[in-house]
Amino acid sequence: MTAEDSAVLPARDRTVRPPGPLVIEIEGVTKVYEMGSETIHALRGVSLKIRRNEYLAIMGPSGSGKSTMMNMLGCLDTPTQGKYEFNGKDVASMDDDELATIRNKEIGFVFQTFNLLPRSTSLSNVELPLIYAGRPAGERRDKARRALENVGLGNRMDHRPNELSGGQRQRVAIARALVNDPSIILADEPTGNLDSKTGEEIMALMEDLYAQGNTIIVVTHEPDIAEHARRIVRLRDGLIESDGPTEVR
Amino acid sequence: MNRLRFEFVESFRIAYAQIAANRTRSFLTALGVIIGIVAVTLMGTAIGGINTGFNRSMALLGDDILYVSKHPWATDKDDWEFRNRRDIKSDAAEALQTIIDATPRSQLVKAVPTANAFRNVVRGDYQANAVFTLGTTDEYPEIATVDLRDGRFFNATESRGARNVCVLGCDVADALFPERSALEEYVTLGGKKFRVVGVFSKQGSFLGLFSFDNQIVIPLSAFKKFFVRKGSDTDVRVKMRDKEHVEEAKAELIGDMRRVRSLLPDQEDDFAISTQDSFKQALDPIKTGIAVAGLFITGLALFVGAIGIMNITFVSVRERTREIGTRKALGARRRTILLQFLIEAVAICLLGGLSGLVFSYLLFQGVEAAFPSFPIEFSFGLVLTGLFMSVVTGVVSGFAPAWSASRLDPVTALRYE
Repeated sequence: MTAEDSAVLPARDRTVRPPGPLVIEIEGVTKVYEMGSETIHALRGVSLKIRRNEYLAIMGPSGSGKSTMMNMLGCLDTPTQGKYEFNGKDVASMDDDELATIRNKEIGFVFQTFNLLPRSTSLSNVELPLIYAGRPAGERRDKARRALENVGLGNRMDHRPNELSGGQRQRVAIARALVNDPSIILADEPTGNLDSKTGEEIMALMEDLYAQGNTIIVVTHEPDIAEHARRIVRLRDGLIESDGPTEVR
Repeated sequence: MNRLRFEFVESFRIAYAQIAANRTRSFLTALGVIIGIVAVTLMGTAIGGINTGFNRSMALLGDDILYVSKHPWATDKDDWEFRNRRDIKSDAAEALQTIIDATPRSQLVKAVPTANAFRNVVRGDYQANAVFTLGTTDEYPEIATVDLRDGRFFNATESRGARNVCVLGCDVADALFPERSALEEYVTLGGKKFRVVGVFSKQGSFLGLFSFDNQIVIPLSAFKKFFVRKGSDTDVRVKMRDKEHVEEAKAELIGDMRRVRSLLPDQEDDFAISTQDSFKQALDPIKTGIAVAGLFITGLALFVGAIGIMNITFVSVRERTREIGTRKALGARRRTILLQFLIEAVAICLLGGLSGLVFSYLLFQGVEAAFPSFPIEFSFGLVLTGLFMSVVTGVVSGFAPAWSASRLDPVTALRYE
């Protein structure tokens, strides 16, 4: 890919897939932290609906409540107040282990820092969610293999993370996120640790996944990255500032 | 169920990778456990050895023999309570035998008198010191296991006739007659010459203190003629019909002895009846004491090892906080994380335990080769105990760090630098 090629990229396919049934429904959610003697209102009443087949970006400057929002959507954390339903299930009142099950089955995480297990091969890394799902070894292997092939790493299965480039690592992480067939893929600054060219490749992969019928939520502060999504939710000071379809420049 | 199994397998895989990646650290940590397990198992071999030696010695006393004497074998009372009792004369055995023979369905079979002293035995330039000198009758083979290497036991004529004949323990025979058979030779005992008519086979020693091979057996009549001074008395050994009925036999013997001693109903027994159990009862608390104290002290070594494991597991949890966060994000439950670190701690302990067992086995072999009579014994039970203790150490020391890992908040853990 040359510099001219990437300049052509904005003319990419902007097809919007028809939204499916409701996956996430958040209403009047607040989150309050106690930091020492200080009380921090990270979210001050947020309402949001996300449907299947959506490609959504959550944007906002630091301190806007973006991270809290992502933790909440990813079922890593529960709201202080308000309603959160995931596929019709009430998440707000779940305990740690129920949340773990939801994360395992319904959410595929992609982290800025990849978060691969350093001493495990790509294949083992991708198998991990299936182990926690209690799938038998043969099935795990097959699914993990297919997921890696799907992200173009069919020839890197037995490599450890330190034998892979940054982009390849992120692809392994994406394969891992996909392997359990989750309802949503939640990517937190997926290109933050990559050079812009590799970042574009990763975003192209996201585009493919969207085209294949996945629901994708990208949390980012970079407008370039957010523009790949079909819908952008902007947060400021713990509130939703705007929510609408992406306007292509 | 499947899920738990896979998590188990995965935890072992992680533990293996973790140990393989931190070899030095794992080895140093396991060293504490190795030392602990070596200490505990060596203590175990010693205790096992004492037990075996003890039981073997007990068998030499005969488990179907009651010993009648002035002094009980094991007592917590003072000696003066017994020393003023009347002596038991050697004819007490004959009187007892008469009563036993006259008792229908008696639990007792045979009463044989014995008397003993320690004397030096000399032959020419050779001398055996402090030989256990036993005077008894020709009926002695009926109440004791008498295996003869050479010759015979003395007969009734020699016994009644107070002839100067003797049967030697094998060590005495070998010491006095290193170059030829002792049979039909003469030895000097207490200044008198005795003709050797037989030599015992090797029997072993009692608790390593008293050797049954360092003895000389002569007719009681001859013993009394030469060695009895004022105050020395005889014992009576009585064989039971059935060793399952010790208490009945004992009760019967007490009644019989009271008749022999002509005791009135209001008089207390002025004799004591002992069995090999009397020894056991006296020595059991000592054995238990040794075992408890020994295991406690060696257990301390293992405890120090456990602290090492706990410490390193805490370090491991701290180092891998991000990894824990990632695993939790991917769906690991608390139990999964708990299991992972617990198994890691157990794996280190098991490796330490196995190495410790191998090491103590080698030590044991070395000690056994160097000191064959040293009472130690290595058993399969000890291996199981060692492994069990390793697992327990792992679980106990790994639990606190594993628990703290399992309680980590995924958000905080993911953000941990």
